[in-house]
Amino acid sequence: MAVVTPITPRTGRNVEAVLIAVAVALAIGAWAMVGLAVDGRLPAGMVGYGGGFGLLVLCLHLMLRWRAPYADPTLLPMATAINGIGLVVIHRLDRAEERSFGESLASRQIVWTALGIAAAIVVVLLLRDHRVLSRYTYVAMVAGLLLLLLPLFPIIGKNINGARIWIGLGPLSFQPGEIAKITLTIFFAGYLVTARDSLSLVGRKILFIQFPRGRDLGPILVAWLASLGVLVFERDLGTSLLFFGLFVALLYVATERTSWVILGLGLFSGGAFTAWTLFGHVQARVDAWLHPLDPVIYNRPFGNSQQLVQGLYGMASGGLLGTGLGEGRPDIVPYAESDFIVASIGEELGLTGLFALLLLYGLIVERGMRTAIGVRDGFGKLLAGGLSFSMALQCFVVAGGVTRVIPLTGLTMPFLAYGGSSLVSNWMIIGLLLRISDSARRPPAEPAPAPPSSDDLTTDMPAATDDGDGHDGDGDGVSPSEDQTVVVRP
Amino acid sequence: MNGPLRRLAGVVAVLFASLLASTTWVQFVDADSLDEQPTNSRTLYKEFGRERGPLLVGNSTPIAESVPVDDQYKYLRRYPGNQAYSHITGFYSIVFGPTGMERAAGDLLSGTSDQLFYRRIGDLLTGEEPKGASVELTIDPKAQSAAWKALGDRRGAVVALDPRTGAVIAMVSKPAYDPNALASHDRAEVIAARKKLLADPTRPLEDRAIASRLYPPGSVFKLVTAAAALSDGRWNPQSVLPGPAELDLPQTTVTLPNYSGGSCGVGDKVTLTDALRISCNTAFGYLGLQLGPGALAEQAQKFGFGQKLRIPLEATASTFPANANQPSTAQAAIGQYDVRVTPLQVAMVSAGIANGGVVMRPNLVKTVRSGQDLKVIDSPEPERLSEAVSSEVAAQLRSMMLEVVRNGTGTRAQIPGVEVAGKSGTAQQGEAGPPHAWFTAFAPADDPQVAVAAVIEDGGGLGDEASGGRLAAPVVQKVIRAVLDK
Repeated sequence: MAVVTPITPRTGRNVEAVLIAVAVALAIGAWAMVGLAVDGRLPAGMVGYGGGFGLLVLCLHLMLRWRAPYADPTLLPMATAINGIGLVVIHRLDRAEERSFGESLASRQIVWTALGIAAAIVVVLLLRDHRVLSRYTYVAMVAGLLLLLLPLFPIIGKNINGARIWIGLGPLSFQPGEIAKITLTIFFAGYLVTARDSLSLVGRKILFIQFPRGRDLGPILVAWLASLGVLVFERDLGTSLLFFGLFVALLYVATERTSWVILGLGLFSGGAFTAWTLFGHVQARVDAWLHPLDPVIYNRPFGNSQQLVQGLYGMASGGLLGTGLGEGRPDIVPYAESDFIVASIGEELGLTGLFALLLLYGLIVERGMRTAIGVRDGFGKLLAGGLSFSMALQCFVVAGGVTRVIPLTGLTMPFLAYGGSSLVSNWMIIGLLLRISDSARRPPAEPAPAPPSSDDLTTDMPAATDDGDGHDGDGDGVSPSEDQTVVVRP
Repeated sequence: MNGPLRRLAGVVAVLFASLLASTTWVQFVDADSLDEQPTNSRTLYKEFGRERGPLLVGNSTPIAESVPVDDQYKYLRRYPGNQAYSHITGFYSIVFGPTGMERAAGDLLSGTSDQLFYRRIGDLLTGEEPKGASVELTIDPKAQSAAWKALGDRRGAVVALDPRTGAVIAMVSKPAYDPNALASHDRAEVIAARKKLLADPTRPLEDRAIASRLYPPGSVFKLVTAAAALSDGRWNPQSVLPGPAELDLPQTTVTLPNYSGGSCGVGDKVTLTDALRISCNTAFGYLGLQLGPGALAEQAQKFGFGQKLRIPLEATASTFPANANQPSTAQAAIGQYDVRVTPLQVAMVSAGIANGGVVMRPNLVKTVRSGQDLKVIDSPEPERLSEAVSSEVAAQLRSMMLEVVRNGTGTRAQIPGVEVAGKSGTAQQGEAGPPHAWFTAFAPADDPQVAVAAVIEDGGGLGDEASGGRLAAPVVQKVIRAVLDK
């Protein structure tokens, strides 16, 4: 059994402030390096832009002090660091391509960064308790599906580089799938927290593993078909993989049944194999993944491996320590600022820089997981776990595609890659994780002045009792019916 | 739900661990092989983007240097030595890669050599822009220019060595080319220039001095035959040999005639010294028959035949025919049949004799200095290649070669006040064209400072009148004078 150790609650807000200063300084320092390398002098406006960026993050920090004082103090600084480095690398590629201020991608990315942080601020401000979201489970589902389907509509849907995942509104284009990631996670969490009992019911036993009853297979089949639909109609391997992986992971967390994972992997393999046999573009991706240096595959007009291979060359030329910001040639790789920003960083900051970056992502995700473990309600667990895992999966799909762990797909690296929809949605995810972590880390309320209720049983459970619990740990303390209850805090 | 969440966190850890592994693979383990892919333009950009070290001769006169330019390659390679040094420097092409010393010393010039490892670490720490090392060559610009001028418009090559160290003092091959045209950053221009050079029937890209084409040596090979005979013990410089106008070759109806058509001496007899002095074919053919192919091949090998040398330019190995039969051996003994040499090899024969029988390994690199502080990183020590003959035999050969220049076929190599020891050669090509004119010599005979070999292809325009003593001896003489400042 768990040993309950009393922990003096610490908000960590001061630590957060220091870490934010470090993160902003990192970005400004990186920018200075680009200026010195490209122009031989410090960039003009370094203090202005750097200060502005710092100020934006400071707003979110102050909002946390006000509205979510117990929020995890590491999430915001880490996201800030990655976003800052991303801005600098995009600016550096602007310089290499000699884009004017008007066409510069970095200036647009700054606007998106501001919008993203503003979105996180709004999330923290307006969402006083994450459990409110579980009321909108089915609204979230409809919104998510609609967002996913939007690019398929005529006129607003846009086909860019073979994938139909964009919508265009005048000069702006947007990837609604990025926002759908959040709404669908809310839906998955809300749905699974109510359905977990029926889904984890005993079914048939095959080879020591309990498999669910046939009629409970409905949801996973729907998710599978929807993912295949995304793959077939939008030609988006990455998004398809992301949603299905997310759903299976949450299904497993909710039901604690390994059989769902086996079923999910089986369906995934079947779907992947079918897609590979049926679709030329999938085959082309797989060929380019397996034999990128083959001259035939490298040189063919469609589905060639040039982008992948040039990315690998860039990373190889970076070696252990990198060429230094502004000293390499990341601009040789097509889409170096979006799909291949990982290769750009590998080239200029080296394996060392890339390790640091991947560890930052890993830490964000694991802090998110820690939040999921610490939070007391099932919906919060699933939501935090789902949002974190989706970020992990996205990093893996992108960086794994660039470094040939898996075939290349078209997702963006969170906070880093050029693209407004991705930036805004990831900042919203950080906002949600901050909010959930606040309730996870908030110390139990002082002896309640309010009349005792069954809620106290859950809210009074210390956040730090997660050590040593078995398969059916403290999650059992939260029954589906309780999850529906909205706790109003003093 | 915490159990599965923990396991999910474990899955996340595995996903990120696989990314750390894959990035390590790409950026560290597989990086070198990716760098070498033919479709990788970065390696080239990187090499060009770094300030490449210069190639220097004499008192730090650059014959190849990098100048900053405002294009994607950042530095342009220039060759102030122009054509005279083209076969030494080679060229550094964005299309075809480096050749010549640009290639042979490429690691040092670009600063990527392992010899520069600690300095690179230093650069890394100080943040200094990495710079290639500068490579100083052993070439003496005066000798090089003398050789270049002496050859004139004739096709051929000159190699001058310091017999004591093996240092290459001059190395010229003609016709030459302008390396600047091939180092241009305009791809189309480079491709057109190279195409034109490749189509040129005189083959200007070939380095006749050390590689790519081998010549029959003709009578300069008699030095090797004489060395074998003197080392054998059956003969000394005064030994009397048969020297008829024609030598009957066994097993055939063919005869081996003298160049002049006449007999080599009174009563068809001639001493070994005189046979070398007047280049008596029949006497040396006789020696070849007596020594046999094995002894000749062995002697040739001791002078460096059969060895592919890196000076560090790659020198083609000179060859002595394996398994020559008796008549062929007689022809081989006078440098005909299938004996094939580079001018470098012929210079090595002279240098070996000059250096008391010890052949030093030829070498072009004098010192390598770091790009930053000009500190000496490497200066190769002279190295023995082989002992070709004993010092006694070397002394005998030297006296015999002195006679060649004093009053034999090499009188045109005489220099007032300097004793020159030499040997001429006129290599018949039969139907293929007029003979190649050869001369090799070293001087001063009592304290040798330079050994030279020169070849002028296809009679140098004189047709069948051409001879080594007439055409090539003056070239050698001019180079020696330039080296000795006489």
